[in-house]
Amino acid sequence: MRKMEGKVLLEGRNLDFRYPSGDWILKDVNLQICEGERIGLVGPSGYGKSTLAKLLAGYERPTGGSVLWKGKPLPSRGYCPVQMICQHPEKALNPRWRLKDSLTEGWTPDDELLEELCIKKKLWQNRWPNELSGGELQRFCIARILGPKTEFVIADEMSTMLDAITQAQIWKVLLRQTEKRNLGLLVITHNMALAEKLCTRIIRLQELNRLPVGGIDCKKHVC
Amino acid sequence: MNQKKTLLEVRDLAVSFRMYETGLRQRNLQVIKKLSVSLHEGEVVAVVGASGSGKSVLAHAVLGILPSNAIISGEIRYQGELVTDELRRNKLGTEIVMIPQSVTYLDPLMKVGRQVRGTKGTKEQQEKAFERYHLKKEVAKAYPFQLSGGMTRRVLVTTAVISGAKLILADEPTPGLGEEDALETMKNFRELADAGAGVLMITHDVDVALQAADTIVVFRDGMTIDQCTKEQFLAGKEALHHPYTRALWAALPQNGFTVPASEEEWRG
Repeated sequence: MRKMEGKVLLEGRNLDFRYPSGDWILKDVNLQICEGERIGLVGPSGYGKSTLAKLLAGYERPTGGSVLWKGKPLPSRGYCPVQMICQHPEKALNPRWRLKDSLTEGWTPDDELLEELCIKKKLWQNRWPNELSGGELQRFCIARILGPKTEFVIADEMSTMLDAITQAQIWKVLLRQTEKRNLGLLVITHNMALAEKLCTRIIRLQELNRLPVGGIDCKKHVC
Repeated sequence: MNQKKTLLEVRDLAVSFRMYETGLRQRNLQVIKKLSVSLHEGEVVAVVGASGSGKSVLAHAVLGILPSNAIISGEIRYQGELVTDELRRNKLGTEIVMIPQSVTYLDPLMKVGRQVRGTKGTKEQQEKAFERYHLKKEVAKAYPFQLSGGMTRRVLVTTAVISGAKLILADEPTPGLGEEDALETMKNFRELADAGAGVLMITHDVDVALQAADTIVVFRDGMTIDQCTKEQFLAGKEALHHPYTRALWAALPQNGFTVPASEEEWRG
């Protein structure tokens, strides 16, 4: 099923995850993402797509198994080469920081990129996150993770709060960036039309996740 | 459609926010310039538009929950009656309900079951609503942070359908939902409308909106610029009049994913 296109960039090996005292969310999940691939990750709500994304980006540590970046464990300190764009920008930004501070925390994006993303820097940089709309905030979240040390981008439902025109526009920018800089890309989405348009390979989480029988039943119930 | 009773009528609504700059200097930020929309019983109207065009502000203006620095003009009528604070006191939460956009509207410190019941709902109503949206019984005892994005969204929808409301304002009810759940939500809106309620859906997801909506109102830069029927939109580019509506159609992933070359192209 998988086409080997180049060397393996990001790998999840036998990943298990559960919150303390919770049910298993992920069990024995294996995936490899190679250079030059754009992966779409789809699956019903509540199946652990975002959890898998957090593990791969190093925001959560797996209960079992490991995340490998170019064959080595994902670095736990310093700039993480795998960066993630979250589903809810209003929760990803510090509400007590002005937007310019959030924007420049990791690096200082150049004006060209900001313009491409239609960020009205002069108008918006001194505002607080609650003064902009979700779609406007998401542009900041995209700009701030595209630093020079970023090598892989995980986009977790990043365009669900955008209208169709903005969605097309922002994806064009991100695709151009990933091509220009040869970044890896993992797209989590519910929109199959979008996944098919963007990705070279589509993974269904329900096929990867080997939850024990009881676990699968309870997951079926919530989806 | 005309013989049906008008539930909500918004005429020439304008909203601006008074903002402080340095010191005591103030300026006004106009978010809605001129918005008109009407909703009849049994109708689902989708208001679609770009992010930041002031869509959510519309719902908040109807509910009277805009922050105190908002300046509102224009007319909002519910069943022909001017919406006042007194009317809101009587009808909000029972006849007029809203499904909020952000998943942060849930109280992080209260179990979701209690939040869904609110002050007026009963346990049975809540359990029935949960069942309908495929939420496990145990979810009622969970705190918001323990739910996935899609589950939270479904919880928010149940808060509205529990009460038997007449006017439902749904602010982006579908992002984060799986395709099936999104369609289920749309089906429910359709059912609610067929049973006599009116649903005003604020969304950017034209695709999903088309599943339930009778009418699509296109909103841009604080103004309503176009209104078309579902059939017109499905028929494609040729059946649409306004250039922005056309651009919106063409930008959908299944219709080409095209970005308009320049702003002029869809300014019209």
